[in-house]
Amino acid sequence: MKVINNRQIVADSWQRIDDESNIENLPSDKIIVSLAFWNEHKQSLAARDDALGITLNPEEDVAEIAADLSSFALVVLQFPAFRDGRAYSQARNLRLHYDYQGEIRASGNVLRDQLAFMERVGFNSFEIDEHQDINDAINGFDEVEVKYQASSDEPLPLYKRLTA
Amino acid sequence: MNVNSLPTTPIDKADTGQRPGMFIYNQFDQQLIDERVAQFRDQTRRYLAGELSEDEFLTLRLMNGIYVQTHAPMMRVAIPYGLFSSEQMRMLAHVARTYDKGYGHFSTRQNIQFNWLKMEETPDLLADLASVQMHAIQTSGNCIRNTTTDPLAGVAGDELEDPRPYCEIIRQWSTLHPEFAYLPRKFKIAVSGAQKDRAVTLVHDIGLSLVKNDAGEIGFKVSVGGGLGRTPMIAQTVRPFLEKQHLLSYLEAVLRIYNLKGRRDNKYKARIKILVGSMGVEAFTKLVEAEWLQIKDSMILDQTEIDRVKAHFSPFDYETSSSDNTELEQTTANNPAFARWLEHNTSEHKVPGYQVVHVSLKSPQAAPGDISAEQMDTIASLAEQYSFGLLRSTYDQNLVLADVKQSDLFVLWQALKDADLATPTIGTLNDMICCPGLDFCALANASSIDVAADIQKRFQQLDYLYDLGDIDLKMSGCMNGCAHHSIGHIGILGVDKKGVEWYQFTLGGFSENEAKLGQRLGRAIAKADVADTVEKIAQVYIEQRQANERFVDTFYRIGIEPFKGRVYESH
Repeated sequence: MKVINNRQIVADSWQRIDDESNIENLPSDKIIVSLAFWNEHKQSLAARDDALGITLNPEEDVAEIAADLSSFALVVLQFPAFRDGRAYSQARNLRLHYDYQGEIRASGNVLRDQLAFMERVGFNSFEIDEHQDINDAINGFDEVEVKYQASSDEPLPLYKRLTA
Repeated sequence: MNVNSLPTTPIDKADTGQRPGMFIYNQFDQQLIDERVAQFRDQTRRYLAGELSEDEFLTLRLMNGIYVQTHAPMMRVAIPYGLFSSEQMRMLAHVARTYDKGYGHFSTRQNIQFNWLKMEETPDLLADLASVQMHAIQTSGNCIRNTTTDPLAGVAGDELEDPRPYCEIIRQWSTLHPEFAYLPRKFKIAVSGAQKDRAVTLVHDIGLSLVKNDAGEIGFKVSVGGGLGRTPMIAQTVRPFLEKQHLLSYLEAVLRIYNLKGRRDNKYKARIKILVGSMGVEAFTKLVEAEWLQIKDSMILDQTEIDRVKAHFSPFDYETSSSDNTELEQTTANNPAFARWLEHNTSEHKVPGYQVVHVSLKSPQAAPGDISAEQMDTIASLAEQYSFGLLRSTYDQNLVLADVKQSDLFVLWQALKDADLATPTIGTLNDMICCPGLDFCALANASSIDVAADIQKRFQQLDYLYDLGDIDLKMSGCMNGCAHHSIGHIGILGVDKKGVEWYQFTLGGFSENEAKLGQRLGRAIAKADVADTVEKIAQVYIEQRQANERFVDTFYRIGIEPFKGRVYESH
């Protein structure tokens, strides 16, 4: 599968582990686990050498993984439908309140016309919806360049950038 | 560095549509709306080419103000906090002629709607609007909508501070805010700066009112969770005093909590009022305050920025010599029709010698809030001649010329009268607020426009109408309550029962400094009996009122029973 990482189309190097998997039998590779799986197997997962990613559902509070964030190279946030905007605030919380520096990936109903907003709040990795053309989607980032507000991409609002 | 060094495009009002007394775009403000037009043009192209699904395009067009209604696409054009210029009004006339059937409709949120558009032409329409610094961004969709305010802002005598600079600051903060574009539901903010709340802030998702604390500083009282529609609720205070420098951080905290916690499983339970109601205001406030404490110091709204925006709204150079009223008094004495208009359709200006003129869009010849392209051109010229080239749209679907010299009132009245814009019924029962109803709106269950006409006809006798005094009648064609029937002194809600239109009455709603929802009168009334019912309600009031008591005060003194008795006695 291809993903957009930092505005480049690249092959996805991560592998998803489902909750039924045996903890003894995990591939030695970069894996993504659920919050439930992480909570159940925290110690063994943290002891692995390979990079670890975690996926959160929109109703899961990022505060739940706050203490463990250094264990994750990747946090995947879900868009069950593109209209469900909870993951925007989850991503913003990760960057703003927990200073999370790792990769934040948008997954689910991820479409061209929302990418710019997603990037602004802190997403830098995008699994484009399978029904969309990823080569077209990548054009969605710079359609509006004026940004009034501060967010994860711009620490200052426009007026402060202009007068700084 | 001095904020005046902010780069701005040269202000050529003929080109930009902007005037002193309103916010004037700089190059970035303009660039944003131009980029937005180009983006939407491409989205429309992709949709028409089949590359964007109906569902995906729906959300994108909504955020550019475009609905698909009963007959055709409808566009709601933003009039930020209801303030616009003669040039912008002329552009709206151009839009009405070029893209619509020659008229437009002002809504209760100070915006204007065009009902007969072609989808493929909407990008051109938006480009035309952008040429005079107008847009339709976030006038629809589950995002932060146009911020509304007092139509008398800046000229009212009871004002603590002009709320419009804060509306503009909120407009910029909320425009394309990346985190809050896909909220559980629409989100409306209103700001009031006066003693009398003419912005109905307490029925908004966030109501801000400028208040003074014990130390004499001016800040905001923040109320959250008001709203009408299916489950009408009055907003509750979450912070009695917020310093101005924390305005945006506080809004951001409220929105973040709502975005994460608001319900998304049922669109009728998705507004913030439901979240506040179900958690309780204390628990909700606690969450907001905890979030706010973390972000407030990094999101200070600088005083220099407040001053920069404020400078756009500085008062005009009023002529102070024109405060001699003798001539006006004489004209009034000689002309009863003018006297009626002066009494009902104008109000006091804080500067002696000036008057606020309310331009009525409630002619019995047209649907409430409707305005033709010719009328738009006329008002644009009149505003230019008599009111510094600026106009305001109001919550009650009229227009305001805010800064008219008293010596100009008579000529202005004549011109307005010739254009059928001087119906002398402002504030009366016939000045009703009314949604487009079944005739245009895909959501409506019942018509409102023809029922409004019935009622207006019933009360066309001006002496009778004036005798009834201030009665606030609001009529919505469905539960969504766009005409805010729940807070009307008399509220009428259209419902559909097995394909037949019925009308549910509520009495005693109001929204001034506090707000109350109307009480249900009884079973729904047949369409043919609506005007009769309003008349029976009016009769009970006339019989029972004491001295100078307003309808709503009589209602709270005698209760709903006498009204119930009269309306249902013969049924």
